[in-house]
Amino acid sequence: MAEKDYIQGATGPWEIVIGMEVHAQVSSKSKLFSGADTTFGAEPNHQVSLVDAAMPGMLPVINAYCVEQAVRTGLGLKAQINLHSVFDRKNYFYADLPQGYQISQYLQPIVGKGELLLDMPDGSTRTIGITRLHLEQDAGKSLHDQSPRESFIDLNRSGVALMEIVSEPDMRNSEEAGLYLKKLRTIVRYLGTCDGNMDEGSMRADVNVSVRKPGGPLGTRCEIKNVNSVRFVQQAIEYEARRQIEILEDGGKIDQETRLFDTGKGVTRSMRSKEEAHDYRYFPDPDLLPLEFEQSWVDGIKAALPELPDEKKARFIEKLGLSPYDAAVLVAEKESADFYEKVAKGRDGKLAANWVITEYFGLLNKSGQSMEEFVITAEKLGGLIDLISDNTISNRLAKDVFALMVETGKDAATIVEEKGMKQVTDTGAIEKVIDEVMAANQDKVAEYRSGKDKLFGFFVGQTMKASGGKANPAAVNELLKKKLAG
Amino acid sequence: MSLDKAAVAKIAKLARLKMEPDRQEPLASELNRILSFVEELQSVNTDNVPPMTSVTPMKLRQREDAVTDGGQPEAVLKNAPQRQGDFYTVPKVVE
Repeated sequence: MAEKDYIQGATGPWEIVIGMEVHAQVSSKSKLFSGADTTFGAEPNHQVSLVDAAMPGMLPVINAYCVEQAVRTGLGLKAQINLHSVFDRKNYFYADLPQGYQISQYLQPIVGKGELLLDMPDGSTRTIGITRLHLEQDAGKSLHDQSPRESFIDLNRSGVALMEIVSEPDMRNSEEAGLYLKKLRTIVRYLGTCDGNMDEGSMRADVNVSVRKPGGPLGTRCEIKNVNSVRFVQQAIEYEARRQIEILEDGGKIDQETRLFDTGKGVTRSMRSKEEAHDYRYFPDPDLLPLEFEQSWVDGIKAALPELPDEKKARFIEKLGLSPYDAAVLVAEKESADFYEKVAKGRDGKLAANWVITEYFGLLNKSGQSMEEFVITAEKLGGLIDLISDNTISNRLAKDVFALMVETGKDAATIVEEKGMKQVTDTGAIEKVIDEVMAANQDKVAEYRSGKDKLFGFFVGQTMKASGGKANPAAVNELLKKKLAG
Repeated sequence: MSLDKAAVAKIAKLARLKMEPDRQEPLASELNRILSFVEELQSVNTDNVPPMTSVTPMKLRQREDAVTDGGQPEAVLKNAPQRQGDFYTVPKVVE
């Protein structure tokens, strides 16, 4: 681990150790063990079956689609798929858990060890181990701010299928934790197994943080529960690591506990109410037989998986000549990758990538619109790039054309035609402009010739300006060199 | 395996059962009698025997992902001791 990742304390450097448990809601129509609807935002208790409300005698029946999505996600994480897994009861008492236990998987989860690659900003990758993925039920929702003496309970979320994805404690700073969460979100969105919508709680992270002297034994960890954005995960880690270092350097010790991140104050605080709950008394759920399926079924799912971000990135680097960084930016959202591929088809891959990443994303973000709404389609951007490739316009002038395309909705060729922006490649015409520039700046010509080569840039600028930006830069360079040499 | 008074008190607390201290001792001995009855099973050697999960040769039944239930808040809330609109209400749970 690089030194830069250490936090400097009063007694020397400290290393942060981070592991994450991410709850990803399976994008199924109905719940894991009942036929009630999962759509977000319904009236309270309107999407509740008597199974979800834990009425006596109700029995769970598993949703086949949810099983398949757990397997697909496991395959996306290059993980071991367990053909035999078991559902257990995780017992705890809480007002929004009518069963008194959560149906989860404990010793025998559906998915075992896998891995996830982080795309680091310098273009390198880093492997984070996945410990396991298991299926479990979500609990209901408690509202504590509706009345001074009561909590309100809505069971619409009760029984919704979650995939709990547990990482190894392989992350060493908040940046890696943020990248991990983003990458996991990208993978489930490519697979379509979870919509990754953090605002609606479709993805939530529990973050385990501890600190230690570099290379020393692991410290006691604290678990920060239910953090629902990449930014909050990073803030929570930064705060929590410093809190723990401060306690240790003052000679104190860390209590293993559950903490909450206060998004308003940017601090974590102890959740004493959950302390007693840590004795879950797991045992196999007698209402459910083991979950079993055939390897051939898994193989069929594997064969039908879409191209995943890591493979897409590798292909963009290898076949289209992109840098690892550019490729990682483009594959982060499937929509962007698809858009880029349309633009790059039959064109220069690198030029297309530069245009999509810098110019297109730049103006798209400025517009505040979605890719679908935005006036620039892949065909239109491709048309602009064609004009650059065949030397009709220079790359620099193309930026002006692009701005006009966004403004008017017209295509590149029409704008270039209307505005007379065609690049001048005719050497005779360029030579004429150069002659004029040299005649107007005879003193500078003399200086240049007496050894001040830095002035070359000045002449290029003047020539381009005099040509209204339309002169072909390569031709200008070449002709200028010749003429200035005398 | 044997339960003492403290273990009984802890289990009661985890299940949110109210229990007077003078009930702990008798309950511990009752539970211990049940446990020792079940412990007879330990005398059978089950090394290398997979856990039996069913007495019939059955596989876990699975269902299609379709919305077939819900939309019945009145039925769901029918036995609720307290409600407010379509919410259940419970004594305040302090976070």
